[in-house]
Amino acid sequence: MTPQSTRAEQTPVIDVRGLTKIYGQRTVVDHFDLLVPKGAVYGFLGPNGSGKTTTLRMICGLLKPEGGAGTCLGWDVIEQSDRIKTQVGYMTQRFSLWEDLTIAENLDFVARMYGLDNRKDRVKRALKSLGLYERKNQLAGTLSGGWKQRLALSACMLHEPKLLLLDEPTAGVDPKARREFWETIHDLSDQGVTILVSTHYMDEAVQCDFIAYIAYGKKLIDGPSGEIASKIGLSTWKVEGPGLGALSKALKATPGVEQVARFGTSLHVSGPDQIALEAAIAPWRDHKELVWTPITSGLEEAFIHLMKEVKDNFA
Amino acid sequence: MKSGYSLARISAILTKEFIQMRRDRMTFAMMIGIPILQLILFSFAINSDPRHLPSAIIDRDHSAFSRAVVTAFANSTYVDFVMAPQTPEEAEKAMLAGQINFIFEIPEHFGRDIARGGRPQMLIIADATDPSAASGALAAAGEIINTGLAREFSSALAGLATGPPPVDVVLQRRYNPAGITQYNIIPGLLGIILTMTMTLMTAVALTRETERGTMENLLAMPARPLEVMIGKVLPYVLVGYIQIIVVLNAGQMLFDIPFEGSRLLFFWVSTLYIVANLLIGFLFSTVARTQMQAMQMMVFLLLPQILLSGFMFPFRGMPGWAQAIGEVLPATHYMRLVRGIMLKGSTRFDLIADIWPLIALIVVISALALLRYRRTLD
Repeated sequence: MTPQSTRAEQTPVIDVRGLTKIYGQRTVVDHFDLLVPKGAVYGFLGPNGSGKTTTLRMICGLLKPEGGAGTCLGWDVIEQSDRIKTQVGYMTQRFSLWEDLTIAENLDFVARMYGLDNRKDRVKRALKSLGLYERKNQLAGTLSGGWKQRLALSACMLHEPKLLLLDEPTAGVDPKARREFWETIHDLSDQGVTILVSTHYMDEAVQCDFIAYIAYGKKLIDGPSGEIASKIGLSTWKVEGPGLGALSKALKATPGVEQVARFGTSLHVSGPDQIALEAAIAPWRDHKELVWTPITSGLEEAFIHLMKEVKDNFA
Repeated sequence: MKSGYSLARISAILTKEFIQMRRDRMTFAMMIGIPILQLILFSFAINSDPRHLPSAIIDRDHSAFSRAVVTAFANSTYVDFVMAPQTPEEAEKAMLAGQINFIFEIPEHFGRDIARGGRPQMLIIADATDPSAASGALAAAGEIINTGLAREFSSALAGLATGPPPVDVVLQRRYNPAGITQYNIIPGLLGIILTMTMTLMTAVALTRETERGTMENLLAMPARPLEVMIGKVLPYVLVGYIQIIVVLNAGQMLFDIPFEGSRLLFFWVSTLYIVANLLIGFLFSTVARTQMQAMQMMVFLLLPQILLSGFMFPFRGMPGWAQAIGEVLPATHYMRLVRGIMLKGSTRFDLIADIWPLIALIVVISALALLRYRRTLD
């Protein structure tokens, strides 16, 4: 599936340029451009404090940008945030529904706030599809982490928004719940809902149609998720065998090697310059018990590479 | 790690508390501000022996003697003559509206009768809704008259200075003839109870959402500030009604408090007062960042509401600046309204001067709160 080819003619759901947020002396988000086509799953990646949450909040009108302009769902991001709010579902990083209301009361409140018709019916359907209908009179605060996430997603979906902003929706959720969560995301995307999701997990990143990598408030790279790694031009070798701990230490000290990371029983050795990298690993290539294979760089290596470059720029 | 009590741990906690205390500017300001406020209010504003109480004088005599008596009262500083009405009705209207505390009436031929030794009567009508406001002046009345007349006697009629008092002072305590303090306290207490509870309820309204993280959700939904404000304020109006019913019934059962005026009018002015207090609380919660700060602001407002509203001490006995502050507090107007309706049977025409300030407060506070309401998380 090539999402960009079929959706290219349509106006993008989010089209913002130069979005900037300043807290006191600190520029938290610095001239951020973002173009999200309709129906795409767009992943925001980046370390903690890189400005992912701030960017999401600016798009849904929860924060006022100091600079920049653009549209979201065809409305002006700065001037028409009231209009945008009616069409956007925003799931906060921290559980932000009312813990002292029951599950049903929370959903009912949200439905009323959006002025939805057939309120009782919608809430009932949401409860049933959540699998919480039997527990609807339980206080939301007593739910476990995974259930809270599901309830929150269900609540921000209640008004059938065209755009979903999900801020680290799977943080602290067990693998099974995470998988189910992503299945829901893809179902929604197939129905034409656009989804902007921030995450820390690489296995989630690869499930996105597009990825933007953010660090220190700046976007380092963006594009279709399959093309990111090759865009960066990083070479990687995989090595398997005994004594990887010592090898890892030795390789890290060798010029030409940028990063060495352990993946299960193997090491991934990467560097930006292919020739320099091969020269660097040459002394170990002939070792009998070590198996060397060249591989395509993964997203994780790509992002660690980006982070190192940025750090150098900032230093 | 030591398992027993450790001085190091105590000092660690102690240091942490000090750091947090210093960071919380609002708490710090309150710690300094509240004692200073109390000191100023208690020492300067409050006067348990009230002076300069506004009064009316009806002088039908216009003799040297009547003028001497009027001058003596004015010089005593107990009263200030603010009006000289032609008819008693005019004076009583002013008293119903709470504009004056005393009416002095000097009959015709007052001077002539004194000169003849006829002991003419002089009428002093006191608004006794607040017994403590009236008592000082009334206790001193006889002495003031004697002193004032003494000067006249010394010149021409020295012989009259001796013997029984030359004037027969007739006292009338209006609205609360027995001088029962509960009659005054209970309606006032109603105002204080309402201001305490109502302001507190809404003061934490928004800060609680912020502290629990639910504000982010609320703001992400398409809610307008006015919608949030009305939705947050209205439920507590009912709570206010319940409190009123409880206090009124208790007052009637325990102290037999009279209720002279219209209950409907009472209901309306109480609604205004409850809404004004709820809005003040809501305004606080748009300014404060935490529930704690909101509560501190409430205490900060509560002090002047108790001390300067005429609840604890006679309003007219306070210095001008304190009265000026008192005039912008909702409790001040509510005290007058409730005391007027319950004890004097005042009508809405008598009380209009205290009704419109409450309406004005509601408008101003709503506007401020809506201006302050943050629609973003900035």
